[in-house]
Amino acid sequence: MATANIEVSETPLVLYALRRADDALILGHRLSEWCGHAPAMEEDMALANMGLDLLGQARELYTYAANVEGKGNDEDKFAYLRDVRQYRNLLLVEQPNGDFARTMVRQFFYAAFADLYWRAMMASSDPTFAAIAAKSEKESAYHLRHSSEWIVRLGDGTEESHRRAQDAIDDLWAYTGEMFAVDDSERGLIEAGIAIDPATLKPHWLKTVTGIVNEATLSLPSGNWMQQGGRSGSHSEHLGHLLSELQSMQRTFPGATW
Amino acid sequence: MYTQALNTSEGEERNIEDAGRAAQFQARIDAEERIEPNDWMPAAYRKTLTRQISQHAHSEIVGMLPEGNWITRAPSLRRKAALLAKVQDECGHGLYLYAAAETLGTSREELVDQMLAGKAKYSSIFNYPTLTWADIGVIGWLVDGAAIMNQIPLCRCSYGPYARAMIRVCKEESFHQRQGYEIMVTLSRGSEEQKAMAQEALNRWWWPVLMMFGPPDQASQHSDTSTKWKIKRFSNDELRQKFVDATVPQAQYLGLSIPDPGMTQNAATGHWEYSAIDWTEFKEVLAGNGPCNRDRMAARRKAHDEGAWVREAAAAYAEKRKHRQVAQAAE
Repeated sequence: MATANIEVSETPLVLYALRRADDALILGHRLSEWCGHAPAMEEDMALANMGLDLLGQARELYTYAANVEGKGNDEDKFAYLRDVRQYRNLLLVEQPNGDFARTMVRQFFYAAFADLYWRAMMASSDPTFAAIAAKSEKESAYHLRHSSEWIVRLGDGTEESHRRAQDAIDDLWAYTGEMFAVDDSERGLIEAGIAIDPATLKPHWLKTVTGIVNEATLSLPSGNWMQQGGRSGSHSEHLGHLLSELQSMQRTFPGATW
Repeated sequence: MYTQALNTSEGEERNIEDAGRAAQFQARIDAEERIEPNDWMPAAYRKTLTRQISQHAHSEIVGMLPEGNWITRAPSLRRKAALLAKVQDECGHGLYLYAAAETLGTSREELVDQMLAGKAKYSSIFNYPTLTWADIGVIGWLVDGAAIMNQIPLCRCSYGPYARAMIRVCKEESFHQRQGYEIMVTLSRGSEEQKAMAQEALNRWWWPVLMMFGPPDQASQHSDTSTKWKIKRFSNDELRQKFVDATVPQAQYLGLSIPDPGMTQNAATGHWEYSAIDWTEFKEVLAGNGPCNRDRMAARRKAHDEGAWVREAAAAYAEKRKHRQVAQAAE
């Protein structure tokens, strides 16, 4: 790795934008890994389509973070020149694609949250966030519909698909709590009306998720224990591999324009 | 006996009728009318088109792989988004084309199975590896450029569904081509390393791209009837020449050299005359012996096989739902 990491002045607002940008980039990157390898051509297109939406959201949020920070960083520096310890995404979105059921369950848990989150963020007192939310909300609604339909098809499909979907739910459940967590840096933004309190979304999220999971003849795990760490840069071992691939060109050819 | 006799005479009538219909059909072709799915057409016309359109569809799908190879490594978010959008477009082209092929009476599943079994071909170009980022630029510029040269005349192909699919495909394809060229412009205006990367990619792709137009005219087995039926409007060599003439000034603008020291411009005709193409390599690639044939097929088969349980689940669920709706309606 020839290029040094950038330094980021993580004021609460910059950090907040980066966390959401990183969620979208990493999940979008995961979806893009499916391209050409999906179970049906229609799904190749759908997964690429959702990956592209998320990548678009990431770019807007990085650009906003760069403007707020005002230190000469930009979307590419944030994406390509921060290492694992500087990334702020949820642990959920960095989980490997696994089989199609695992990808869909990950997508479903996130989209059910993102749909509520962006809708609520349209009321942000920060006009840029409100505008990004207005665009993202339309996309998340589509992602939620797509993944919900697949959860039902897989859960209520064959014995094998039911088993795979249930395994994915059981394995990924512990990563859902982080979506609703708030730390001190976010508390101030919530009080200022810039950010919304994600904890308030949890009952509605649980209702949506439970409804679909029940319709799919699947069940949610009873455990309450939740894994956290992504927001502060304590990631799973998966993220490092993802970043070495994502960043290889920028690290090999420092400073080039592409 | 009566039935049999009737059958015989029907058969004879059919032959006579077919001769008449074939003449009528050719008259419609000559008058530049479009042939539509429910129209009578000679069996050989149907067969040729099914082969050509499905090979075209397979090419779009297999063609996702060499470029898809760089989606996770694209050097900027803007390039990554453009590449992802492009590969998504290609899948869409595949779907249009399978739909066009299905109007001729074969299902997409059958056609895909033929490809996975190695019985149907796809474009030779997708059996070459993408080794550097510059390959993504060269593919957009040259591979899509060659595809457009082939496809623009197909927009006037005699078979309506194919012609209409090509109109839609060409619009997106020319956008991809411009994107690819823009990558090349950026590289050739960049660092020495980037320029070298661009030149090296051009060196590897140039000849395989010329082969995309198919065998030379004297060796092309499908051309005669395809031309008569207005499936094909220009010969392989005519299109190849057109492509070379269009591409040389683009390479000059980029400051890149085409890896053909024997290439000269004919002062009288203005055409760029290129050296002999290695048709042995072309034949080997078509026979399955190109650098990536095995990998490409393995990737498509893996996606197909590992996706089987998903497709089965979707079918099982649709079936259950149908039964439930019937049961509900009966209540």
